[in-house]
Amino acid sequence: MPAWLEDLYWTYQNVVTALGVNGLLALSMYVVLAAGQLSLGQAAFMGLGAYSSALMTLWFGWPFWLVLPAACAAPVAFALAVGGPTLRLSGVYLAIATIGLGEVLRAVYLNVDALGGALGLSGIPEQASPLLIFSVLGVALAVLWLVGRSGAGRAMEALREDATAAQSMGIDVRRVRLVVLVASAVLAGLAGALSAHATDFIGPNDFGFEPAVTILSFALLGGIGSPFAPVLGAWVLTLLPELLRGFADLRLVLDGVVIVLAVLFLPRGLLSWRMPRRAA
Amino acid sequence: MTLLATRGLTRRYAGLVAVDGVDLAVPDGGVHAVIGPNGAGKTTLFNLLSGLVAPSAGGIRFGGADITLLPADRRARLGIARTFQNIRVFGAMTLLENVLTGLHPLLTSSVVGIVARLPRFRREEANAVVRARGALALVGLVDREGERAAALSYGDQRRLEIARAVAGSPRLLLLDEPAAGMNPAETAALGTLIRRIVASGTTVLLVEHDMRFVMDLSDSVTVLNFGRCIFAGPPALARADPAVIEAYLGAKVAARLAAG
Repeated sequence: MPAWLEDLYWTYQNVVTALGVNGLLALSMYVVLAAGQLSLGQAAFMGLGAYSSALMTLWFGWPFWLVLPAACAAPVAFALAVGGPTLRLSGVYLAIATIGLGEVLRAVYLNVDALGGALGLSGIPEQASPLLIFSVLGVALAVLWLVGRSGAGRAMEALREDATAAQSMGIDVRRVRLVVLVASAVLAGLAGALSAHATDFIGPNDFGFEPAVTILSFALLGGIGSPFAPVLGAWVLTLLPELLRGFADLRLVLDGVVIVLAVLFLPRGLLSWRMPRRAA
Repeated sequence: MTLLATRGLTRRYAGLVAVDGVDLAVPDGGVHAVIGPNGAGKTTLFNLLSGLVAPSAGGIRFGGADITLLPADRRARLGIARTFQNIRVFGAMTLLENVLTGLHPLLTSSVVGIVARLPRFRREEANAVVRARGALALVGLVDREGERAAALSYGDQRRLEIARAVAGSPRLLLLDEPAAGMNPAETAALGTLIRRIVASGTTVLLVEHDMRFVMDLSDSVTVLNFGRCIFAGPPALARADPAVIEAYLGAKVAARLAAG
């Protein structure tokens, strides 16, 4: 690495990491929205991945190549457990139910001493390099692109457009909804594990209601016409606060104004292009 | 041979029995119509047959198997396809993608096969595209396969819905008011299309208000009134049946007609 690039990297390391992690979280939101499910459990899935991976490292000293895939286990188990009862719900009811489940988990992190309580867990070794984080993001993008261009992608879009008609085409609506929820849990779990091992500290408030809404705003801003759109939205919303740093106190206001303007004038997102649904 | 049979099929809603003990028998092959005044329970009957509504009582047999408890997607896989009274195409998707969705049960590749683009996946997709184009050609929309479905006219959306339903060569096709909102020329073309679908081996059961269309096309007619079956038989006899005339025109007019 040339010296100037190294300088830049050390200065903006947190931002670089956040770009990759938030990109994964945006994809975690994308897979459920693409199938027409407004589930807001992504922050909770991320928290499960972060806490379980931190414990595997801190308590058991497992190597990171083992921790990363294993970090998906807890979020996936949670998705399967809550999937049965919550997938009967849709729209805003599902959103509220998943927010509630996320708050339950936050209360658990806050009150269990072994999880560090309000202080969280610190001293997690920084084993997730930016290269690894962006590789995971790249693989996730490629998989979603390829799956999107197949019968599975058409089934998801059909479900989003009209669940009744989709079911009458022979699409098993409950199964698709459960599969996308599990995929969402895997992506958010990976994001949680990577972020925990890139920043050395995690706390209960990293995975509450506010991050859940932030993750939703990635997809709202970027769009859901293709998997690239929500990642673009995540990057814009991650970089915007940095670019607006000069405005000091006005930063959050301008941040909000950008989102409002985007929703008003770009209802289908920054990148409204709709991906084709056929295998090339 | 009977393809579809219901026994005492009933659906109750609060304060209303939409379908009341209907015994329906649809033979294999041909066009069969369900008619009746507004609110007679025709659409509820279709929803019961396709599995979108669960019966309160009674049973449904299809091709000799009891399907009463099967969800809609399983029935679609067994070969019951349908269209909707209020058109339900996937508006954001292209015509070809809409019809490919109707072929969903043919695609059996796993996620690994899909991501790795294994030969079986490619074969299934290519085969589905050929069949989907065939269905679009049948309804005369093949040269517009790349357009968004929402951009089509009303009549074209109806034809697209039929293409999506017949692409998988279903054994039974349920058409819910296919001629609604069509002009005479479009209705005549629809009749030709339905005859071609029947010729390809699909049995058609349709709900329709256009009586001339029903009488010209159907091999048998079932008449519903207030959820009950009041007539089942050839269309020519339905027109002369006193109970059917009464259901449509009311008791007074029926009596006056009978008196001559």
